[in-house]
Amino acid sequence: MATGGMTEDLRLVGISKQFETFTAVHPMDLEVPGGSFFALLGPSGCGKTTTLRMVAGLEEPTGGRILIGEKDITSTKAYQRNVNTVFQSYALFPHMTILDNVAFGLKRRGVKGANAAAQEALDLVQLSQVAGKKPAQLSGGMQQRVALARAIVNRPDVLLLDEPLGALDLKLRRQMQIELKRIQSEVGLTFIHVTHDQEEAMTMADSIAVMNGGRIEQLADPATLYERPASTFVANFLGQSNLLQARINGFGADGVALAQTHGQDVLVAGDNVPDGIQDVWIGVRPEKLRLGEAGRNRLDGVVTDASFTGVATQYLIRMPWGFEVMLVQQNDGSARAQVGENVVVSWDPGHEFVLDQHQAGDAGVGLGDD
Amino acid sequence: MTMRWFRKHLLTFAAMITLTILLVPNLVVAIYSFNKPDGRFNYRLTKFSLDAWLHPCGTPGICQSLGLSLRIGITASIAATILGTMIAFALGRHRFHGRSATNLLIFMPMATPEVVMGSSLLALFLNIGMSTGRTAILIAHIMFCLSFVVVAVKARVATLDPRLEEAAADLGSTPVSTFLRITLPLAAPGIAAGALLAFSLSFDDYIITNFNASPDSITFPMYVWGAAQRGTPVQINVIGTIMFLVSVLVVVGGQLIATRRARAAAAG
Repeated sequence: MATGGMTEDLRLVGISKQFETFTAVHPMDLEVPGGSFFALLGPSGCGKTTTLRMVAGLEEPTGGRILIGEKDITSTKAYQRNVNTVFQSYALFPHMTILDNVAFGLKRRGVKGANAAAQEALDLVQLSQVAGKKPAQLSGGMQQRVALARAIVNRPDVLLLDEPLGALDLKLRRQMQIELKRIQSEVGLTFIHVTHDQEEAMTMADSIAVMNGGRIEQLADPATLYERPASTFVANFLGQSNLLQARINGFGADGVALAQTHGQDVLVAGDNVPDGIQDVWIGVRPEKLRLGEAGRNRLDGVVTDASFTGVATQYLIRMPWGFEVMLVQQNDGSARAQVGENVVVSWDPGHEFVLDQHQAGDAGVGLGDD
Repeated sequence: MTMRWFRKHLLTFAAMITLTILLVPNLVVAIYSFNKPDGRFNYRLTKFSLDAWLHPCGTPGICQSLGLSLRIGITASIAATILGTMIAFALGRHRFHGRSATNLLIFMPMATPEVVMGSSLLALFLNIGMSTGRTAILIAHIMFCLSFVVVAVKARVATLDPRLEEAAADLGSTPVSTFLRITLPLAAPGIAAGALLAFSLSFDDYIITNFNASPDSITFPMYVWGAAQRGTPVQINVIGTIMFLVSVLVVVGGQLIATRRARAAAAG
């Protein structure tokens, strides 16, 4: 397969989509660097699929522009764009052989040697032995790889993946995640992956845009999203968060800020506190909390639930004011607490993130679990 | 013991009785095609003969009427299939003003008694100053075949996944190319079923045809009916038997292709 030169950036400028009764995508800007693995992550109905379909040309934007490199493709039709999609349902042509399916795009564009290139693409997804079969004769995982080969073979400027692993079982999904990542680095194309599975997005993508209600909540690399979520929605949608209502009372000399949560004094890293805000959520991830007095911030509580998962134990600990924090203790040999036991929960300043309290503390809770 | 054996095979018996009832008339037609009747009517077996099979056109007018029926049947089914397929796609794929009214009107010819339709068509043709005959018959046939084609194709269109067309467009296929390479091949079984249905309906229609015919447009069913008044030539049985065999061949052939495809699909 011949590479088509430098992979160019995809830019969405003020793109929006209004359906009759609701706004699927509010005007938004997005820049996807060429050759990167980019994920659009969010719960169902957040506008991620609509955004993808607008890039593919299957949905006409209400406003805004779509650019690949310097070329404005907003007004072009789907069949005129050098953008290909791997559909959630695969959408393989049932009346054609696997080889004909994969060669379809090349043949429509009048490329010479379409069949040889298609065969090569099938080699890439390790399916060359089924080239002569029909889609119905293949398993779901195989069909998924055919759909991928059918898109990749065209060397698109941007490859769009619409929940491509949604229909596969967990084990196959993990396998395909690794496979997809391998293929992406091998072919060097820009991949935009739409998913509601936060773990999938974190494992594969270089950067992730978290979407909610037709807007981008935060765009960052997976580590930043997890360690420094910009909103309570992101904090709750990606993994678990303990959000403590607090008030910033002042700044100390050693770069820490003094805060008070439910009458208890805690310290937070001054750099984590947004400017000019006093009422905050202090967020601490369950694995940053310790049982015992190892950390500088300490809170008393009672264990209400303990579940052992092998690598770790997950505790629910009720605070004196009724709130239950979640704590994950690695199975590293330290003593385990019993349900009903009085314990001290601690963490070090700097292991938290601080958010404006104007946002609902439970935004995005439970949405990431489906 | 015998009772249990009987119960176990009850379904087989029922199927065989049904098949017998359905096939006996055809068998009678076939047997009498080898008869040499002594009168004008072919109602009693008298003598075995191959005369009618060797000279199927041996009775004046019979092959002309057969030819006319074939010509009308083929033309009407082609026209009805093209128009019906387009209507079926419009109804199945698009939302437009008057869609439900169109749906209803398409079903009307199937619900209307043929006598009513035949006479009203005749009234229409006479009112607009068109003479009866081949053209009138053809128009009438296209009209009533259309509904059946629409129903057959629409059922198939409903099962087509519109995402396949999106996928084709996504892969750089123009709308025309997508229709020819994806939509049409996938809708083909429905279109073929509609076309076959249209042909057989047109080929054996008597009532509507009779209303709109002229002396020089005697179709095969009209010929048979007319002949039956004066005496039935054995050639009618010959042509009837051939028609029956051709339809059996088409059905069996279709089944064979379907099972072979299903087996190939299962072999994966």
